[in-house]
Amino acid sequence: MDKQVILDPQQFDLTVTRLCHELLEQHDDFSNSVLIGLQPRGIHLVARMVEKLNGILSKSPLCGNLDITFHRDDFRRREIPLIPSITNIDFSIENKKVILVDDVLYTGRSIRSGLDALLAYGRPSQVQLLVLIDRRFKRDLPIQADYIGKSVDTLNHERVHVNWKNVEGEDKVELYIKQSHE
Amino acid sequence: MNNLSVPHLLGIRDLTLMDIETVFKTADSFKEVINRPIKKVPSLRDITLANVFFENSTRTRLSFELAAKRLSADMVNFSASNSSVKKGETLIDSVNNILAMKVDMVVLRHASPGAALFLSQHTSAKIINAGDGTHEHPTQALLDAFSIREKLGSLKGKKVAIIGDILHSRVALSNIYCLQKLGAEVMVCGPSTLIPKHVHLLKVHVSHNLREALLWCDVANMLRIQLERQEAEYFPSLRDYTLHFGLNRALMDSLQKEILVMHPGPINRGVEITSEVAEGPNSIILNQVENGVAIRMAVIYLLASDIER
Repeated sequence: MDKQVILDPQQFDLTVTRLCHELLEQHDDFSNSVLIGLQPRGIHLVARMVEKLNGILSKSPLCGNLDITFHRDDFRRREIPLIPSITNIDFSIENKKVILVDDVLYTGRSIRSGLDALLAYGRPSQVQLLVLIDRRFKRDLPIQADYIGKSVDTLNHERVHVNWKNVEGEDKVELYIKQSHE
Repeated sequence: MNNLSVPHLLGIRDLTLMDIETVFKTADSFKEVINRPIKKVPSLRDITLANVFFENSTRTRLSFELAAKRLSADMVNFSASNSSVKKGETLIDSVNNILAMKVDMVVLRHASPGAALFLSQHTSAKIINAGDGTHEHPTQALLDAFSIREKLGSLKGKKVAIIGDILHSRVALSNIYCLQKLGAEVMVCGPSTLIPKHVHLLKVHVSHNLREALLWCDVANMLRIQLERQEAEYFPSLRDYTLHFGLNRALMDSLQKEILVMHPGPINRGVEITSEVAEGPNSIILNQVENGVAIRMAVIYLLASDIER
């Protein structure tokens, strides 16, 4: 399998920093906004952004993790069983501006499940979507991100993987290209 | 592809340690779900369950019904007392008629040991055993162990005493299997007439002295004296039983250590346990009931994952 680096560590950091500033433009001091990371991989992006925002804001923004397992539309349709992760939202999202955060936006189905799961916690005044990577041209549902780290054009058999320093040892985004004979 | 190694939940004996841990891990997530403002997830919108109860029950039946509803599954109730069973319909006929109405999963409680196994061999539905006579009651054992795990962190090396009517108790047998698989030590305690003759073959400690059992254990699981199953005189009188095997405040205080007190319900207040202890700080009886819903959600969810679409 060939792989190609989409974001190297330096670009990665710049991109996350830019996303933080884009959020600050719209959400001021985050007094009425919350960041919610989608399990399993969106939570790393939230953690990283909160780290950066703490250096800029006087008060740390509220953030949580959301597990979408039970809201997915592919239960009983996939080979690999769905094992749930932890949801951790210890505040009300009623009338809050919620920023859903995930690493890669692809078919839009996870985000659909995320929206569904989110509404079990109350009625937010607004929901926005932030993703590090937007894989264009393969959306199954009418879902678009409000904040995008980088857009990439990919084919269906390719795979985008976001690596994190605290998980994989290095911050970078890679594109895996499967050879036709594989 | 199934998350569990078994197609039905007939007893704890068939489960692997992995299975039990998968159920617990899934139940952790469902426990979070049932504490949300909206206690419902849409996972099983296309599944229908039937509660088929040939014996009385409040807790188990309600718990299964709530579990199904919180997974968005549909649930129908069937109880023998007001059904065609009264007209002489057999178990298989009753269940096959229910299945003909496109029911995917059956929760069965029956007075005969092996009823769930029998049904699983003769029908196409997924079967969850909710108690078959004096044999097994797997979801109760899972929720008991889950509740202990929640309070004590792990079951490994913990000592659990099961006290009371072991002879007639499906809860006892399932608990013994489950606790041992999780690495706990088990003691059964009760009058010698209510301890099965060959119980030592299950590698459990046996005691006929309540105080001795309590001093030994970290957790005391007080079983109900099953008044409906006392076909012979196993002890002279209820008062006599209470005197020797009833758990009360004074006895708890005299232990000079903290133990968890459990009871699968329904409680005979003042017989096997006094109200004071049942509602006291050591009691996790209501936690057991709450966890029951989460455990049953997990079991239904995991078994449903390989129902054909």
